Amino acid sequence: MRDGTIVVAGASLAGLRGAEALRAHGFAGRLILVGDEPHLAYDRPPLSKHVLTGEVAPGATTLPGVGALEAEWRLGVKALGLDRAGRTLLLADGERLAFDRLLIATGARARPWPAPEEARLSGVHTLRSRDDAASLAAGLAARPRRVLILGAGFIGCEAASSIRALGLPVTVVDPEPAPLAQALGSVIGGFVAGRMEAAGVDVRLGARVTHLEGDRAVRRARLADGGTIEADLVVVALGAVRNTGWLAGAGLRADEGGLSSDGACRALDEAGRPDEAIFAAGDVARFPHPLYGHRPVALEHWGNAVAQGAHAARAMLHGADAVGAYAELPAFWSSQFGLNIKSLGLTEGADAVAIVQGSPRAGRFLAVYGRAGRTIAAVSVNAGRWLPAYEGPIRDGAPFPPITGGADQPDPEPVPPGLPSREAA
Amino acid sequence: MTDASDGTLFAQVRDSANRADPYPLYARLRVRPVARQDDGTFVASGYAAIRALLHDPRVSSEDLPPAEHPPTGNPVKDWIVNPLKDWVTDRHRPFIFRDPPDHGLLRRQVMGQFTIARVQGMKRRTEGLVAQCLERCAGSRHFDLVDDLAYPLPVTVICELLGVPREDEPRFHAWATQLATALEPESRHDEALRARNTETFDAIADYMRDLIREKRRAPRDDMLSGLATAKDPQAGRMSDPDLIATAILLLIAGHETTVNLITNGMLTLLRRPRELARLRADPERAPRVIEELLRYEPPVHFRTRVARAPIPVAGTVIPEGAPLVLLFAAGNRDPARFPDPDRFDPDRADNQHFGFGGALHYCVGAPLARIEAEAALTALAARLSNPRLAEDPPPYRPGASLRGPKRLLLHIDGIG
Repeated sequence: MRDGTIVVAGASLAGLRGAEALRAHGFAGRLILVGDEPHLAYDRPPLSKHVLTGEVAPGATTLPGVGALEAEWRLGVKALGLDRAGRTLLLADGERLAFDRLLIATGARARPWPAPEEARLSGVHTLRSRDDAASLAAGLAARPRRVLILGAGFIGCEAASSIRALGLPVTVVDPEPAPLAQALGSVIGGFVAGRMEAAGVDVRLGARVTHLEGDRAVRRARLADGGTIEADLVVVALGAVRNTGWLAGAGLRADEGGLSSDGACRALDEAGRPDEAIFAAGDVARFPHPLYGHRPVALEHWGNAVAQGAHAARAMLHGADAVGAYAELPAFWSSQFGLNIKSLGLTEGADAVAIVQGSPRAGRFLAVYGRAGRTIAAVSVNAGRWLPAYEGPIRDGAPFPPITGGADQPDPEPVPPGLPSREAA
Repeated sequence: MTDASDGTLFAQVRDSANRADPYPLYARLRVRPVARQDDGTFVASGYAAIRALLHDPRVSSEDLPPAEHPPTGNPVKDWIVNPLKDWVTDRHRPFIFRDPPDHGLLRRQVMGQFTIARVQGMKRRTEGLVAQCLERCAGSRHFDLVDDLAYPLPVTVICELLGVPREDEPRFHAWATQLATALEPESRHDEALRARNTETFDAIADYMRDLIREKRRAPRDDMLSGLATAKDPQAGRMSDPDLIATAILLLIAGHETTVNLITNGMLTLLRRPRELARLRADPERAPRVIEELLRYEPPVHFRTRVARAPIPVAGTVIPEGAPLVLLFAAGNRDPARFPDPDRFDPDRADNQHFGFGGALHYCVGAPLARIEAEAALTALAARLSNPRLAEDPPPYRPGASLRGPKRLLLHIDGIG
């Protein structure tokens, strides 16, 4: 396909990179990007880091290349609904956009604090969008007496790191026994916890906040064990919810966990059949990963948004058979507390972890995750240059632990990784 | 024999008869991305295989044979002094020949001196030096790029950065040429060559020891003074033997490679007058031209390693203890990685070449090399009037790894 109309619902990273790939692969027709935020596509990773510390202004995060794309933009307009039979997208301002192909890249939003009245107290923030970051940065500029962060996932930990760097008192509360437990397990998470405490963060693990209290402005949080934490700024960092609500009634297989799609990024209908004209990419897409037994996964990774956006674009133009199954190795990074953490593969389901290079004592190491004797993931801490060596073993499902006789290391000793069970999650 | 099972291909690469154009041999090697040679060496020539091995912790850079002074007949030297020297040398190799964790500690201390400010601060000076070199040749109709610019420029730059007196250049020029052979596989088994390298190392080490003592006594704003006086929070102050090894490495690496980048670069551009004209018209193209040169004609064609464990890669298994060659220049021309790889195309979008190696040992001096090459190539493009190659191919220096012309004679109508 070279001509016709392609609509991209979602004008952030996956949508933008998808649109750019469409043009790069020769699409000469009409290209329309719809985004619910009024901003041009921006980069999210700095929002929890340099934007909070004030080193980068929220407005300086616009992605390069946005201006060069030959496309029509509908910014600040939500997609309200999808008429699949009529190949039409309905926008909040009443416009109906007919399309030949649709790329759904509506991403995810921050999971809100479950009690709406408490979430509306002033001083309670989430951190997902540029506006969130600007509002949080403004709140921090007022020098709150204590910042409480609910959730020790990547966003919670990065925010804690940035806010500590501003010299503000920070408390982090998480029900798991270690920060980053969901993604990395409590062995590596425990190392990060040590760094957090060394940086002066009050880390409360195995604890749960049940209520946020205050009149108009938040004053304190009440814990499940009856204790309280006085805090006048709260960051709710409880993960993300996929933006699929607008697809209700469209007949696609979509829920809070994402929009199901196949290896060629085609959206699946309720019967599980691919729709030849509708594609999904980025955080919103839940796709079968060939490296992980075709288990459906939805990845909130920057690199996935880039690669999957481009993969979907090629499938839209050249057909599903021409592109093959999307099999990008999941990868992400995080910077916090002076640590550069990088990950390859998926740790989910790992039954063992082994430190194969470096050591936590030396402050830099590489951990490999295994499942049933096979290598499934690797995580480096301040040792990013070691990580690419493990791409091959992960793709091949090499025996675990995979590396012996390393130039710098005795044979590794695997231990249980301390990943929370799925039920608990 | 023409098939890929020819176990002499890498020997042919090292044969000086093939120095001017080793690329057809590389293409034949690449048929097997990791190929065993008759002498038991494994040569990695495919991009993916090189990349995997570069990052593999089972691959060691500690592949130098033990230092060994040849017998002198003097029992004090043969039984006490020289074995002690050898013992020290073996334990204080420069970090290019070291593995983690020592490698990281030494490298970190060097990086602490190779600051962005210091390197960027050399940019203006480098441009001035290029102009001086060209002015010296004003009025001439002949130009030897190597002697007139490509060699003196990086030598002066690295001397000033390190704080090595430029007037000592004639002494360490010979030492550097000699010690650079340590990167060539021949140096591992050629006894005469090893003896000469040992002798040279003693001489340059004595020179550096004196220089470092002077830096400690009266530190200046240069890298050697910094290395001699700085204290790493983990490693402490660098030991004298480590400091000497590091200083020698930086001095040699600082010019034996950049001379090739500049000379190969100009040779490539002179063979493609259209590209030279485009660079002359638009100096902003220089960074792209240089990145493509680093892919197309890299200054270092390969580095050697040794396997510390059996390594399955690219359908074969490299056995423990096997010598290993990472043939960067062949990976740079791998059609599986770079579309139309034998075409010189500065407008290539995706150009992650091995021109500076990769992974832990990625060239420490890369930013400096880029600055020097940019200053030299833009000035040559702008100021040489109607340059033509006087001989093509030019004569090459002996090295197969550090590969570059011995001289590059140009006819010119003048210097603008």
